[in-house]
Amino acid sequence: MELLINGQVRRLDVDPQMPLLWAIRENLGLTGTKFGCGVAQCGACTVHVDGKAVRSCVTPVASVAGKAVTTIEGLGSDAGLHPLQQAWIEQQVPQCGYCQSGQLMSAAALLMENPAPDDAAIDAAMRGNLCRCGMYGRIRRAIRQAAGRSTEAPASEPAVGVYEPRREKRHG
Amino acid sequence: MGKWTRRGLITAGVLAGGVFAVGVAIRPGRRQGELAPLVAGEGEAMVNDWVLIGPDNVVTAVIPHSEMGQGVHTALTQMLADELDADWSMVRIREAPAEDAYANYALGRGYILGDTRVPKSLDPTIDGLFLQVGKAMHLQITGGSNSVRNTGRVGMRVAGAAARQMLREAAAEAWGVPVQDVVAAAGRLLHPATGREATYGQFAPAAGARRPPVQPTLKRVDEFRIMGTSVPRRDIPAKVDGSARFGIDAVVEGMKYAAVVNAPVFGAVLTSVDADEVSRRPGVHAVVTLKDAVAVVADGWWQAQQAVASLRPQWSATEADSRSSEALYKQFDASMAQALEDGREERDEQVGDARGVLANAARVVEATYRVPFLAHACMEPMNATVALSDGACEVWLGSQNPLGTKHDVAAALGIAPETVRVHNHYMGGGFGRRSQNDVAIQAALIAREAGVPVKLIWSREEDIRHDHYRPAVTSRFRAGIAADGRILAWENQFVDKHEPVEAPLIPYAVANRFVHFTSSPTHVPFGPWRSVDHSQHGFFTEAFFDEVAAAVGRDPYELRRELLADKPRHLAVLDLAAGKAGWTRPREPGHGRGIALQQSFGSIVATVAEVAMVNNRPRVERVVCAVDAGYAVTPDGLSAQMESGILYGLTAALYGEISIDNGAVLQSNFHDYRVVRMDEAPVIEVHILNSGAPMGGGGEPGTPGIAPAVANAIFDATGHRIRELPISRHDFDYRVEEREA
Ligand code: FES
Ligand code: FES
Repeated sequence: MELLINGQVRRLDVDPQMPLLWAIRENLGLTGTKFGCGVAQCGACTVHVDGKAVRSCVTPVASVAGKAVTTIEGLGSDAGLHPLQQAWIEQQVPQCGYCQSGQLMSAAALLMENPAPDDAAIDAAMRGNLCRCGMYGRIRRAIRQAAGRSTEAPASEPAVGVYEPRREKRHG
Repeated sequence: MGKWTRRGLITAGVLAGGVFAVGVAIRPGRRQGELAPLVAGEGEAMVNDWVLIGPDNVVTAVIPHSEMGQGVHTALTQMLADELDADWSMVRIREAPAEDAYANYALGRGYILGDTRVPKSLDPTIDGLFLQVGKAMHLQITGGSNSVRNTGRVGMRVAGAAARQMLREAAAEAWGVPVQDVVAAAGRLLHPATGREATYGQFAPAAGARRPPVQPTLKRVDEFRIMGTSVPRRDIPAKVDGSARFGIDAVVEGMKYAAVVNAPVFGAVLTSVDADEVSRRPGVHAVVTLKDAVAVVADGWWQAQQAVASLRPQWSATEADSRSSEALYKQFDASMAQALEDGREERDEQVGDARGVLANAARVVEATYRVPFLAHACMEPMNATVALSDGACEVWLGSQNPLGTKHDVAAALGIAPETVRVHNHYMGGGFGRRSQNDVAIQAALIAREAGVPVKLIWSREEDIRHDHYRPAVTSRFRAGIAADGRILAWENQFVDKHEPVEAPLIPYAVANRFVHFTSSPTHVPFGPWRSVDHSQHGFFTEAFFDEVAAAVGRDPYELRRELLADKPRHLAVLDLAAGKAGWTRPREPGHGRGIALQQSFGSIVATVAEVAMVNNRPRVERVVCAVDAGYAVTPDGLSAQMESGILYGLTAALYGEISIDNGAVLQSNFHDYRVVRMDEAPVIEVHILNSGAPMGGGGEPGTPGIAPAVANAIFDATGHRIRELPISRHDFDYRVEEREA
């Protein structure tokens, strides 16, 4: 079968029932899309099919024939990183980083549908993506930033305050 | 490695291409006494090369720790670069390979297992540096929050300071000026009086030929330029475009994929499996039977997984076959009762006469707490890729303990450790799980049987069901209270003790304390889980303390303050968190606030949680955390670690439970081993207090405080005491209006 992936037509000779995830990772060598649970519970495998976020671990490869598939490798453009990727760097979002391809793909699908999501819309769109490192606060901030809402973050947002109660001289 | 100019603590030399290398090292020298048996080969040196300076002025930090997202590579490099006064934009990072030159595994294991005394020859020689360096080096293990504390505080900074001094000396000699007049700044050497100037790179070869200083001077806090700033983490760009390589992404020429089913009951072995049909399937390369597992090796992982799942392996019967979590809790109760009866409790702490005081106390508050087993559930399921070829073995994986991987795989295959090469990758979470080498060993055994390079990936189900678990623990308390409400005595008995030893101890000034434990082994494998014993004892002690405060009618924050009067660091952290959280602000009906304090891995953390009861379920809305880790090298990185530790602990508090049924783990995937999702994630504020105390850890100390803070907040909101985790197991029949009644 033929697959249109990141703007390229690629030929595949695999079991049509094979989940798209494994075709992408093993047969096409695009390892940015991750395996986390295999049962649509974690979102690590999220890709776009015709612009919609889908869980590739439960999507038979045959079902996407003739549709446009985008993976994390295709999220940016020739012009550079996607605004979300840029925001992800600025907000220092990834910790281990393993969930982040899926997070970014879900966030990108959200912004295509709703360019100015409020926090409830962000939570609703992102609740399918687990982050075991717990970077949800940073993800939320980065999505707001990419959506042009960075200046209106509530005052109670995470803040790093550094206090220096005594500045005694010390060695080591 | 070129020739070292001398033996000693700090070594230096010139490598090919005029690269100046400085390492903080221990070389055994004469191999005598206790050290000798621990060092394998003649001439073996325990050397860790920490900094390389090239003629092109590029500084490369060689880091002996793995990156699992905690920002350790960046933080350690900041420490090195600051002491070196390097140009930050010219600094590169390289993870040390798993070679014995970087650490001595036998010695390291001795430290970790506690079965080897620290050899005399490693006794502190310079301000205790020697011993610290030894520990950091030998334990090429990323865990115990020790990277920044040990490797950084000692190794990285010393290496940077030594290199800087040698560069200045080299320039001074060449320019014929006194060394104190040579200024080092941002990768350049300057002699202001004559206007001479050079890059570090220009003097790299000359510096490498010099004798390293015995004790270079380290900077004072007020001289830090790079430490203490939130520089962007170096590993992040590759983690937003899919290019970061995790163990699961390794690609090896000719490799096949393996999926596995492990014996459901720990300790059972494979007795038989009919593999005929599966072996004939197209794409299936081999069915491999192991002692306690069966694996299918196929052209793709999905094929392998489908095939292995269709097998009907038979397992041996074991004594544990009928065991359940409830039976294990009963066993704990029996072991604890027995220990009391026999007077055979093992003592953690005994101060004063707690039992005597309890016997005569005006009041005794008692409670029993317990927590279940927990899996790590790293986002990246466990995996390893192994290729074997005539006597040599290569392993690709993400490991918290690459050197251990090398030795354990070698031992499993019966080959020499030198023939095993470990390619370490980014880890999709570690949390302690990736310090175990069971999966790498299994991959190696499968690769050997299959005769091809194999990438073994555990399904999420195998990952949850064959972890090395945070143990289930029961903990009992008795507090003796005087007629005037003072707390006179504290007795605590629990089962199952691991590390760190101080985890169950309380910081509060209670005059009579007796903390003791008894072992009550189970068949469920133990493994370090983020913050190890603190994860349970933080909950037990801080929730029970709250109970005691309520029993004597005191505000839990005020009572803590009173009993910490002689502990200024604890007090400052507690006050900061309470102040930022607005502790004294009134709560709305149905809302509650809880506080907890925990010292772990050298850091002190106070946590305030705010919960709201929504439809009879607690919703954690806001968490305020104050942390004193001595000094925050990367404040934003420390904050990220706290946020992460809090969410990890919150998932455990709300949902985390591995239960045992018929000897096996019941849970299997994220639908029944739930993780907090974004719509349940509280806003987290982190406040950092740079007290100047010795540096503490960052990766783990955020975790212990959240469960008690939330449990205490739920009590505040509802009057319902949480003595068992997870919280999702509790029924709340609380109604908002009842509070006012
Ligand atoms: S791997 Fe697809 S949702 Fe988890
Ligand atoms: S960054 Fe590690 S799981 Fe999200």
